[in-house]
Amino acid sequence: MVVAESKPVSEILEMIKDCKKVVVAGCKGCVTVCNSGGEKEVGILASELRLARKAAGNDLEVTEYTCERQCDPEYIEPLDDMVKDVDAVVSIACSVGPQYVVARYPYLPVYPGLNTVFIGGSAEHGVWKEYCQACGSCAIGDFGGLCPIARCAKQLLNGPCGGSSGGKCEVGKGTVDCIWHLIYERLKNLGQLQRLETPKLYKDWSTSRDGGPRTMIREELRK
Amino acid sequence: MTMTAGSNLEKVFKAGHKAVTCECGPPRGADIEHFRHKASFLKGYGDAVNVTDNQTAVVRFCSMAASKILLEMGMEPVMQMVTRDMNRIALQSNVLGAAALGIKNLLCLTGDHNSFGDHPQSKNVFDLDSTQLLNTVRQMRDDGKMISGTEVQGKPAMFIGAAANPFADPFEFRVIRLAKKINAGAQFIQTQCIYDMERFEKFMQMANDMGLTERCYIMAGITPLKSAGMANYMKKFVPGLLVPDEYIARLKSVPKDKQAAEGIKIAVEQIQQCLEMKGISGIHLMAIEWEERVPEILKAAGLHPRPQVN
Repeated sequence: MVVAESKPVSEILEMIKDCKKVVVAGCKGCVTVCNSGGEKEVGILASELRLARKAAGNDLEVTEYTCERQCDPEYIEPLDDMVKDVDAVVSIACSVGPQYVVARYPYLPVYPGLNTVFIGGSAEHGVWKEYCQACGSCAIGDFGGLCPIARCAKQLLNGPCGGSSGGKCEVGKGTVDCIWHLIYERLKNLGQLQRLETPKLYKDWSTSRDGGPRTMIREELRK
Repeated sequence: MTMTAGSNLEKVFKAGHKAVTCECGPPRGADIEHFRHKASFLKGYGDAVNVTDNQTAVVRFCSMAASKILLEMGMEPVMQMVTRDMNRIALQSNVLGAAALGIKNLLCLTGDHNSFGDHPQSKNVFDLDSTQLLNTVRQMRDDGKMISGTEVQGKPAMFIGAAANPFADPFEFRVIRLAKKINAGAQFIQTQCIYDMERFEKFMQMANDMGLTERCYIMAGITPLKSAGMANYMKKFVPGLLVPDEYIARLKSVPKDKQAAEGIKIAVEQIQQCLEMKGISGIHLMAIEWEERVPEILKAAGLHPRPQVN
């Protein structure tokens, strides 16, 4: 899933300081699962904004709504009535969501309430980790099923580097696994260590962001 | 091993001598005199001198310019290149430019992560890693081809080096990675600073057993300890750097003003121990911001004067 975290309320208050009335729009997709932009978080953020503005003697009216998904135009539509007389929308979807809101309401300011951090999954309750960088040509089959592009600080295809110590990466002060250590252990378990003697050559980054913003077209679905 | 670039360093190895390289880091500014002053201590002491490329991810004047300055001073550079800051377009361009300037030794590195340097907010590149850069330079030199397959007009004659860290984990994998770098094109290896002699001996044993020392020249990396404080710092804060308590105790056992001399004594002993190991072809002396002490260390270790080769 796309993992996102809340922006500090102070940052959101600064963005909407000139507004009198806003919609806080959540999303029932990934950000609900990672507890940052679902129905519950919409309620919490709306209350925080109201309270802060009330305390400042400058009341803010907040409408709460959580879209089925904010990455599909049809699910933005239900906002039509709510946004008629508001000054802005604060979206707490991943950063795809606010851009879909922008696309539907060309004259309405839209602000992000979250920072989108990565594509990943939960490690334990309250902890999420990055697993994928959407490079557009998955090669984890060559690395025992683990991804060095997303999970090695230097994106090494021929790791581990000299900064691997006790299974941990030197970046992240001991909190991050050295993925190359895990790749090594995994290939050892699979009896495939010899794969590591051959240099892994150049990655084609043109399928990644380096080739420009990407569009995926599935002709069979367009009919 | 056949002659490829014909650099002084390559010739020294080829003639069967134990080679010596030193290190000279460019300054954090355009102060050319400062760099020339530091380098001047190394003249006649190293068969070639490494010029670091923004080491520890801190901005310094570039390694190609510093290499050119060494050439003008009558010294041979080993130009270091890291893949952290440049993509394959810039890297290949610099290889060609360096060759055009007469630089004949190239050390291919990935580089320290930018989060440790003086611009932790920077975007990193890592389009290639060190192994891929080795392969790139070898391919440009031997096959006359760029990564894209485009033919180069004038092959860059480079003697190609790489680094190895026998002290990082997983230990058993370190020689496999060394083999991989040799397979990619590494002709000489400079190791990370060695303090744990026992572990280094094991590493060399494994390299010998795999036949790697027949396929490349391995130089043992030595960094003299200036004080007990420096030893403690390195042990604590440099990942994968194991400084045995024995050395720290030796440094602590002498008064502060004698610690530098004791550190040099330790370095000389280490050099001699390394030179006795099977498969060691030379010493890479990294006297960090201590270039002026290099002559006495190398003299004491019996590595001066340097051989003249043609």
